[in-house]
Amino acid sequence: MVRAAVRGLGLSAVLLPGAVLCYTLALVSIALIPIGVGLVTTPWVLGGVRAFADWRRRLAERWGGVSISSAYRPIPEDANPWARTVAMLGDPATWRDLRWLMVDMSAGYLTALLPAVLVLWPIEGFALALGLWRVFPDDYWYGFVPVSDQASAFGAAALGGVVLLVAHRYAVDALQLHFRLTKALLSPSQAELAERVRILTQTRRDAVDTSAAELRRIERDLHDGAQARLVAMGMDLNTIEMLIEKDPEQAKRLIAQTRKSSVDALAELRDLVRGIHPPVLAERGLGDAVRALALRLPVATEVSVELPGRGDAPVESAAYFAVSEVLTNAVKHSGADRIWVDLHHEDGMLRISVTDNGKGGAVVSPGSGLAGVERRLGTFDGVLAVSSPAGGPTMVTMEIPCALS
Amino acid sequence: MRVVLAEDLFLLRDGLVRLLQAYDFEIAAAVESGPELDRALAELEPDVAVVDVRLPPTLTDEGLQCALRARRARPGLPVLVLSQHVEQLYARELLADGNGGVGYLLKDRVFDAEQFVDAVRRVASGGTAMDPQVIQQLLSRRAADEQRPLQRLTPRELEVLELMAQGRSNAAIAAQLVVTERAIAKHTSNIFAKLGLEVSDDDNRRVLAVLAYLDQDR
Repeated sequence: MVRAAVRGLGLSAVLLPGAVLCYTLALVSIALIPIGVGLVTTPWVLGGVRAFADWRRRLAERWGGVSISSAYRPIPEDANPWARTVAMLGDPATWRDLRWLMVDMSAGYLTALLPAVLVLWPIEGFALALGLWRVFPDDYWYGFVPVSDQASAFGAAALGGVVLLVAHRYAVDALQLHFRLTKALLSPSQAELAERVRILTQTRRDAVDTSAAELRRIERDLHDGAQARLVAMGMDLNTIEMLIEKDPEQAKRLIAQTRKSSVDALAELRDLVRGIHPPVLAERGLGDAVRALALRLPVATEVSVELPGRGDAPVESAAYFAVSEVLTNAVKHSGADRIWVDLHHEDGMLRISVTDNGKGGAVVSPGSGLAGVERRLGTFDGVLAVSSPAGGPTMVTMEIPCALS
Repeated sequence: MRVVLAEDLFLLRDGLVRLLQAYDFEIAAAVESGPELDRALAELEPDVAVVDVRLPPTLTDEGLQCALRARRARPGLPVLVLSQHVEQLYARELLADGNGGVGYLLKDRVFDAEQFVDAVRRVASGGTAMDPQVIQQLLSRRAADEQRPLQRLTPRELEVLELMAQGRSNAAIAAQLVVTERAIAKHTSNIFAKLGLEVSDDDNRRVLAVLAYLDQDR
């Protein structure tokens, strides 16, 4: 009971200024978007609102055992202010937060304060009975009890006792009520869940399509490549067997040809394997695989890696091929003579940025390589953002939520 | 010459053992995993180790790591690393200590027994054997760079440079290009002058200088 009162009191003391500040700043910042200032401030302010909301979610979990899921759409770290602002305002979670702030500073505040009031108010009643009544003027009211002498002061104490009983029974529930109210307002709505399901269905279909297409490609490559070469080698060996005594010279020539066929078959298989799952990736993980990739590029490429561990194989593979595609794009179209790749992991996100000093103007148009990368990353809830003003530089950033081990 | 061999696939291990024995190598040990290789390299003191990059138990680059560890413990210990794929990244790590006695070849190179055995012998005697693919990668990266001195080499000199970077001696290059050793010596001194490298009589030093030049950051 006392703990609930202390927590409620502390919470309400922070809650009111916090909620009012967040709400006003958010409104002002959004109102300032048309004149441009809002573009810079809005992502910051809304980021603050989200941090505040997330803190309250954690508090509800820790103090009230009420778990509230946080579902904001991911926003790439390095997107430009306009893209960030648009993305944040397009997220229904933003408007839900603002609605919640309004309720939080009124009903939320009262419910947080209630346990403290229930515990503290009786103390005044007892104090009155102990002699405090003498200090107050005659027409002092304690609740509905007029306090003018010792007898009525005892009445106040009795009332305080009753309230204390109520507090004993209900103070914890009152604070619980506050957390439930928070949950009711901060949980993702049905519509957001439906949206999530729609995205999942879409990305799953993309993933299945992509892998089916990959398998078809591999089948075709094996069928026309290594398989055909092995058949030819088998036939050559047959011929060599026939010739070896009759015409040893010819047989030797054929042996050399067969050996060359086997080397070619191996080279084809090697390329195929690299396209399925690069050996360096399997042997060394994402960081070194990207370093090895950079060493193969005709453009000077600097790679910096800060990954404390290795991700799941599917995530590593998706990230590798995404980087590979982006690098190929940069080499082919940007005209850059320097590329920088940065890989790091923070807050449960794998963050990758590929920057080149080329001529810019890259866009994610349907059917382009970048759109393919975006689709592939979508399977892992990853996102891609491109900043490529005409004249350069081009910066492609990717984020994939993942844990490292 | 005593060889320690590490290869996890039985057929390949068996084939390599027979190939090396046919050329009068003594197989000190033929092992199939990283820990066994560690032990063999530490205890048997071979003249050269022939090691597959990917070995159990991790099936990652265990073989390469064993080789690098062994060379740290015994600098210059000759190691020839074999792999299904070659990466400049790995070549760089092998060459990093500057001691020589390093080889890095695609497994396919075994098909040409003469050349493969020549590479093993070269590595054992402190020389270098880099896979032509690694060298081509290095050269194509370099060649893309316009202000580089590589542009000033004649096609023939480039050819010589490529073979030299693989670790071949002047005699071997001369034999391959069907010219005299003197002609090659002239080409190499031209190459060194154009690239601004210090001329060295020592074959191994020379190769390492060329590789370092090709692999330096632009």
